[in-house]
Amino acid sequence: MSILNKHPQRDSAATEAMGGEELLVTGGHTFSTLTEKVSGIVEQPTPPKWYLLFAMAVSGLMVLLGAIGWLVWEGTGVWGLNNPVGWGWAIVNFVFWVGIGHAGTLISAILFLLRQQWRTAINRFAEAMTIFAVISALVFPGIHVGRIWLAYYMFPIPNQMLIWPNFRSPLLWDIFAVGTYFTVSTLFWYVGLIPDLATLRDRATKVRKKVLGFFALGWRGGNRQWQHYEKAYLMLAGLATPLVLSVHSVVATDFATSMVPGWHTTIFPPYFVAGAVFSGFGMVMTLAIIARKIYGLEDIITVNHLEKMNKIILVTGSMVGYAYMTEFFIAWYSGNEFEVFAFINRAFGPYAWAYWIMFTCNVITPQIFWFKKLRRSIPVMFVASIFVNIGMWFERFVITVTSLSRDYLPSSWDYYSPSIWDILTFVGSFGLFFTFFLLFLRFLPMVALSEVKGVLPEADPHHYHIKKGGAK
Amino acid sequence: MSQTLGALARFANPAELIEAAKKVRDAGYQKFDCHSPFPIHGMDDAMGLRRSPLGYIVGGMTITGAAVGMTLQYWIAAVEYPLIISGKPFFSWQAFIIVTFALFVLFGAFGAVLGMFHLNRLPRLHHPVFYSDKFAKVTDDAFYVSIESDDELFDDKKTQEFLSSIGGTDVELVAGE
Repeated sequence: MSILNKHPQRDSAATEAMGGEELLVTGGHTFSTLTEKVSGIVEQPTPPKWYLLFAMAVSGLMVLLGAIGWLVWEGTGVWGLNNPVGWGWAIVNFVFWVGIGHAGTLISAILFLLRQQWRTAINRFAEAMTIFAVISALVFPGIHVGRIWLAYYMFPIPNQMLIWPNFRSPLLWDIFAVGTYFTVSTLFWYVGLIPDLATLRDRATKVRKKVLGFFALGWRGGNRQWQHYEKAYLMLAGLATPLVLSVHSVVATDFATSMVPGWHTTIFPPYFVAGAVFSGFGMVMTLAIIARKIYGLEDIITVNHLEKMNKIILVTGSMVGYAYMTEFFIAWYSGNEFEVFAFINRAFGPYAWAYWIMFTCNVITPQIFWFKKLRRSIPVMFVASIFVNIGMWFERFVITVTSLSRDYLPSSWDYYSPSIWDILTFVGSFGLFFTFFLLFLRFLPMVALSEVKGVLPEADPHHYHIKKGGAK
Repeated sequence: MSQTLGALARFANPAELIEAAKKVRDAGYQKFDCHSPFPIHGMDDAMGLRRSPLGYIVGGMTITGAAVGMTLQYWIAAVEYPLIISGKPFFSWQAFIIVTFALFVLFGAFGAVLGMFHLNRLPRLHHPVFYSDKFAKVTDDAFYVSIESDDELFDDKKTQEFLSSIGGTDVELVAGE
C-alpha cells in the first residue's frame, strides 16, 4: 500500500503493535490531523453544494407537511386505502424507516460489545441516521388515523373519558418499544458527542464557543471523567443491544399476532430483525459513500470499512432470502389452504411484480458480494445499496398489501393502489430525513473523533515500548 | 482576588502520561487527574482509581423501570380499567413483558447517562483548568497532568519542580478567582 511508503517506520511498528492487523485509519494521520480534518468540515464556511441539497431536502419536508395538512383537513379518504386493505403505505413506510434505524444501533452497540474497532469510523453518522430515521418513522403512527389531535390516545395518560389503553395489544407495545428506542438512541448519541463537542469548543471563539461549551457540559478529558464515561458507554451499549433486537421483533408482532394468512407466523420477529439490519446497512452504505466523497474522508472511512459493511449486507441479505423460502415451506407444510394460497398469491398473484422486485433486490443483489472485487468496488456497492433500499421497501409493501387484499373470503377481495397523497407523504418523509441529516453534517462532527483517535496505534501506551525496543 | 488553584504539566504521549500518573500517585498526591483526548487503556490502575460505581446505579434503575412497567400495566388492566379482551385474563403478565422490558431499558439508559453526569459532576462549565490557554489542546492531541491546590501536598514551588522532574513540560500554575 502507498501509505506504507509514506510513513514506513510508523506503519510497520503500528502493524506489529496491532498483532499484524491492518490499520484502521490510513494516510498517516496523527491525532491533530484527525482533529483538523473532522472539525474543519463543520468550521469551514457553508459550501454552496450544501445549500443546494438543503433546499431540496426542505422542499421535500414542505411536501410532507402539505400532504399531512391535506390528510388532516380531508381525512384518510385521501389515501388509497380500501375495504380489505386498511393498512397501506403508512405502515409500510413506518416499518421501512424503523428498519433503517437498526443498522445505526447495530454499529454503535453490538459491534462495540464485540470489540469491532472499525465501527469508530462510521458509528457517529450511522447513529444520527438512526435517530432521524426513527423520527421519520414516528410521523406515520402519529398521522395514520388522520386526526392528529387524538394521538394522545396512544399513551397511558389520565383523560376525561376515564379510559386506558389496552396493554395486551402489540400496537401499544410498539409505542413503548419505538419510543424507548428513540430515546435511548438519542442519549447514546449525545453521550458519544460530548468529548467531540469539547474539541470543537476548544477550537472556537466568541458566541460559538459559548454555545458549544454549553452542550459540551464542561468536559475536560480527565481520566476521572473518562472512567465513568466509558462505563456509561458500555452500559448503554449493553442496554441498546437487546433493545434493538426487540424493537423490530415487536413491530413484527403487529402483524404476527393477527389472524391474517401470510402474517400469522412465528418466523416474523427474527426475519424482521434480519431485514431491518439489512436495509439499515443499505442506507448507511448509500450515505457513507456520498459523505466520504464530498468531505474527503477516504482515509477515515476506507474501502476496508466499506468491504466489512458489504459482508454484513451479504449475511443479512442471505438470511432474508432464507426466510422467504422458509415461509413458503412452512405454508406448504402447514397444510392450511389459506396459508398456502396466501403465498402462491404473493409470488404469482396480482402483486407478483412487487414480489419479484423485492426478491431480486433483496436476495439476488447481495450475492454479488461473494466476490472480493465487487465487494471493494465503490460504484458497484453504491448501486447495490440503492437496490437494497428499494427491495426492503417492497418487502414491507408485499407483506402488508398482498395478505390484506386477498384474505379468506373472495367476495371481500380488492386491489389496492396508492393515491398521489400516499406517494407525496412517502417522498416527503425523505425530505424530513435529509433535512435533519444535512443539518447534522453541517453543525456536528460526523466522525467520532475521540473514538477514532483511540484506535490509532499511537493511542496504545504499548506502542511506544515496542518502538523503543524494536525496529528503531 | 486571584489565587493559585493548581498546577499543570504536559506530557508527550499516552505512555509517558501513564508513567507520570504512577509517579504522581506514588508521590502521595490525591487530587490529581490525567487529561487526554481519548480514554487510555490502563490509566485507571496507574492512577489507582477504584472501579466506577455506575453499574450499581444502572442496576437499580433497570429494576425500578421494570417494576414501574409491570405495576403500571397491572393497575390499568386489572384494577382501574378491567376489560375482557379475547377472553384473556385481566392480568396477562406474559403480554406485559414487552412494555416491562422497554421501561427496564429506558430507565437503565437514563440511569447510565444521568448517573455518569452525577459521578463526573457534569455539567460544570467553570473549572480551574480552563484558565490555562495551552490546556485547550487536551481535546486535540495534548496529554496533561493536573494537580489541584487543595491537595495536602500541594506547594506552588515544590509541585512545579516535581512535575518537571517526572518529565513534564510547559509546567504552569493556574490562577483565578
